[in-house]
Amino acid sequence: MAMANIDRLRRLIKGKMQGSLPWLITCREFEAFVLDYHDGTLPEDQRHTFERHLRFCRECREYLAAYRQSVEIGKSILGAPEETLPDDVPEDLIKAILDARRD
Amino acid sequence: MTKAEKKTGKTQAERDERSLLEGLRSGDPASAEQFVRLHIGWMRQLAFRIVRDRSLADDCVQEAFMKAFAKIGDFEGRSTLKTWVHRITVNEALMKLRSRRRAGETSIDELLPDFDAGDCRLEPSWGRLPDPLEVLESESMRDLARSKILELPENYRVVLLLRDIEELSTKEVAEYLDISESNVKTRLHRARSALKTLLEPILRGGHGDG
Repeated sequence: MAMANIDRLRRLIKGKMQGSLPWLITCREFEAFVLDYHDGTLPEDQRHTFERHLRFCRECREYLAAYRQSVEIGKSILGAPEETLPDDVPEDLIKAILDARRD
Repeated sequence: MTKAEKKTGKTQAERDERSLLEGLRSGDPASAEQFVRLHIGWMRQLAFRIVRDRSLADDCVQEAFMKAFAKIGDFEGRSTLKTWVHRITVNEALMKLRSRRRAGETSIDELLPDFDAGDCRLEPSWGRLPDPLEVLESESMRDLARSKILELPENYRVVLLLRDIEELSTKEVAEYLDISESNVKTRLHRARSALKTLLEPILRGGHGDG
């Protein structure tokens, strides 16, 4: 309970700082840059703004790290050959295609 | 590079493709069979990844080949045959997906990041994150991760697949799905964020039930 209150207070202070310091974007604003930053397509000035927030905010740092891990896992799983689909293509499918072509 | 390749400026693979193309254009049955056997394996995998149904995937592949045979005369050779057939297969699979799209698809909103009233991110502390390779070492974790990924709503899963796996550009995906490029980017980011939420139990503790 005490920890939750401390956490709430910490976020309140952080929110006030984010809202008042002109050089610091909020976490919600940061969210809009994540895709381009991850994909390396963020223009340099926006990248500096993004990285400034990243240095300041533990939550966004950890969020971004988990986002990256998830993208990697997603690529690895979705990119792997489908185990439910056997490597051998059924001959009757090949035959059906070639027959349909002749018709 | 062989002497022949130096002389013609073409590799063996390019010469094989050219001769296959000539056979297909002249309606040669042996070339048609060679073409089908060469490409059907990866086309089935691709179609299955999109439609998630084996018989629908087979229908896609069959229809993609019929289109390819019918339009081979229009193929201008600006890309490889494989790239051309890839495009036809994705289109067929997306058409199948649209025609069987279920009503009332689940919303992705509850899987997206959360912020408090001060626009601060609500993110429980992560501590040490496991290496993705570590997570995917065990078969049960891979199965669990796969089942979590398949919980993504279809229109987000497809964008993730086309951008992150098939590595198509934002512009190409926008054309396939008939949506704007900014919409593709929004969907891709949401899909990845939702994926993070879905994979969180695995990343945090190696268990899918908590």
